[in-house]
Amino acid sequence: MRTRGPLVDERVSMKHGAGGRAMRALIRQVFAEGFAQAPVDGIGLDAMDDGAALRLGDQWLVVTTDSHVVHPIFFPGGDIGRLAVAGTVNDLAMMGATEVLALTCAVILEEGFSRADLERVQKSIRDTCQEAGATIVTGDTKVMGKGELDGIVLNTTGIALTGRVVPDSGLLPGDRIIVTGTVGDHGFAILALRRGLELEGDLRSDVAPLNDLVRRALAAADGALSAMKDPTRGGLASALSEMAQKSGVGLILEEGKVPVRPVVRAAGELLGIDPLHVANEGKAVLGVRPEAAERVLAALRAHPQGREAEIVGTCIAEHAGSVILDTGVGRRLLSEPEGELLPRIC
Amino acid sequence: MLPRSADPAAGELKFRDPPTARALTGALARLLAQIGRAPVAVMHVCGSHEQAIAKFGLRAVFPRGLDVIMGPGCPVCVTDCPEVDEAVVLAGQGVRIATYGDMLRVPGTAKSLADAQAEGARVHVVYSVAQAAELARTTAEEVVFFATGFETTAVATAAVILRDPPGNFSVLSAHKYIPPVMEIVAEMPGTRVEGFLAAGHAATITGWGIFERFVDRHRIPVVVAGFEPLDILAGLVKLLEVIHDGRPRVENMYPRCVTRDGNRRAQEQLWKVFRPMGGRWRGIAHVPNGNLRLRDEWAHVDARRRFRIDVSGLWDEAPPSLAQHCICGDIMAGIASPTDCALYGKECIPDAPVGACMVSSEGTCKIWHQYGGHPDLRSVG
Amino acid sequence: MCLGVPGKVLEVDGLVAVVDFWGLRRPILLDLADEPVQPGDYILNHVGFAIRRIPPEEVGQTLALYEQLLRETGDDIMAADVRGEIHATGGTGDASA
Repeated sequence: MRTRGPLVDERVSMKHGAGGRAMRALIRQVFAEGFAQAPVDGIGLDAMDDGAALRLGDQWLVVTTDSHVVHPIFFPGGDIGRLAVAGTVNDLAMMGATEVLALTCAVILEEGFSRADLERVQKSIRDTCQEAGATIVTGDTKVMGKGELDGIVLNTTGIALTGRVVPDSGLLPGDRIIVTGTVGDHGFAILALRRGLELEGDLRSDVAPLNDLVRRALAAADGALSAMKDPTRGGLASALSEMAQKSGVGLILEEGKVPVRPVVRAAGELLGIDPLHVANEGKAVLGVRPEAAERVLAALRAHPQGREAEIVGTCIAEHAGSVILDTGVGRRLLSEPEGELLPRIC
Repeated sequence: MLPRSADPAAGELKFRDPPTARALTGALARLLAQIGRAPVAVMHVCGSHEQAIAKFGLRAVFPRGLDVIMGPGCPVCVTDCPEVDEAVVLAGQGVRIATYGDMLRVPGTAKSLADAQAEGARVHVVYSVAQAAELARTTAEEVVFFATGFETTAVATAAVILRDPPGNFSVLSAHKYIPPVMEIVAEMPGTRVEGFLAAGHAATITGWGIFERFVDRHRIPVVVAGFEPLDILAGLVKLLEVIHDGRPRVENMYPRCVTRDGNRRAQEQLWKVFRPMGGRWRGIAHVPNGNLRLRDEWAHVDARRRFRIDVSGLWDEAPPSLAQHCICGDIMAGIASPTDCALYGKECIPDAPVGACMVSSEGTCKIWHQYGGHPDLRSVG
Repeated sequence: MCLGVPGKVLEVDGLVAVVDFWGLRRPILLDLADEPVQPGDYILNHVGFAIRRIPPEEVGQTLALYEQLLRETGDDIMAADVRGEIHATGGTGDASA
């Protein structure tokens, strides 16, 4: 019988990549505490935000890096290339940095990887860069032997400048929570492809760069945006839990207001997986001061990527660190998903 | 999140309507006041009812003084150690085991199927017994379906057996039958259960008529309820109503799926393939007629008769010491709740379960933990 | 294990039906169905088998059952207000608290 050890066991397991508690513990215990911390004038590793922010005169240089191991690499709505670019552009945007200065892209290929597939991925990267107004300025290429790597791994790093950093820890009591569109799309699209599920329906990933949408929201908010995060691994539940914990506020989420596509909801009911726990790659969660909520919502809805934006919750001073779900017929705690729901989702 | 559609199936979503839910919880409070004593304890015997209660946060809106207890309604949780051991031994003999996802990590005497898998055994998770039969078609090797679940699930196993499965397919049946365990709970000394909420989908198969003898004998009302929030709330309202009027009887609050006689066709198939046998349920000791085993006519698809299964080797490995503190049995009998357990949420968590209640998606402990461990929100910081 | 979900039958071929669950299609076996099943019917799915054909009129009947239950259990003004609210919104109500 397995014994219960500390959160970081002797060996890394799949849960450490799931984006939740176990992963954060791994980062904290092995990396954050392990690296000698030179004081960072800004937001550094210990904040575990979407990126880092370094003061540069009266501006902030925002830096973020991501590795992409999604499987399968091509899926309805996108592919690993689009995911790599959008993921990094969005991490920058979540910090308030919507004008991407530059991206890097490193690729590790398995021997035997198809040239045609590589070109398809490269085209996706190029198209998504264009959409985001970003450029890849440098990269790296490695090849590993057959069987030493599964197909392809991408790493992207992005840098951008911003006058104001929006952390994920800035929520205040009274803030309204806005989600920019339907949730669970990306994760269920990937799940539908995995063998043996017999799911046939229009499940497609929402992967997309959001910097233009966020730009509009920031302009409309005019300083009233308290916090921002993109709900990737672990879904909306994880993002809100993290934001509530880091900000020291409680949060009431109205389940009935959260937009979910009917087909995603159906997949969730059939498989017993809650869409609130499932990854998104083209959505953002915003915490907005109450007086600005309606105008930020209007600005989002005026944008093609924000048509289904909704105000879905409110921050409170009580129950600090907890997210309470109002189901319409009752209330319960909304906790992060247990363990690894969907491996290699991004 | 509720699709606004004209489709009649969307009528299902009317069963989540907030104003009606508020009215029904108001009715619960009124009835409790009329009954005039507290707490009033009622029991449900279905993991899916507990899941729905937890998922929709109903405990936060039940009136104080109403105790809705989960009884032995988690089929995975009541699957006893020796039954898991049989599957583990078969897996160790090189037989391919197919089973529902929940069973993978349920502890046996010494190990779970997941442990066996980590040691090299081939264990396949399936979402339907038909899938297990399909697996047997794709290989020449022996495939055993480790069959768990109550009567609602046993009928599916029966249907697959009757469909002439491939020659290399057999079934290790750990199926259970719920009505006998309700008798046991009703007869437990010191039980405070005043009414039962019966599982709507099991009753879809068996019909509600089978509860009449139980009610006559024990003078405890039974209300059959569905699984949408309004179904559960309406079921509880009806149960309190019947408790209050003092005329114990069976009431059917799930008429869209449950009839008095049930699904005859499914029942025929069930009893053609299975016979009830007394046996142990994990934590509840002996339940007469509580286990479903394959009839002699089906010996050729009965894994217990097809293979020689010797579990004594597993008993040499000492059981883990934490198990001594596990109170799953009491939790399943409805005598204790997860928060009464010293191990709950500490040594016993979904990632490292000590007892079966923390493994199964229908286990009380797992469900409470999944939804934050504070079902009535009173103790949220 | 996802239990007891209702779906709409799109096609039937012998003992196999193609069933729609809010836009997702799945093959469901009909060996256990209590009545003959045709396209357009609603069924209750349990581990890949239809265990019940749900008569369409039953949904309305169940909702009426709830209303009757509410009438039986109390006739104070509060309940009447809420019942009025239910009727006014045609039974679907609104998710706002």
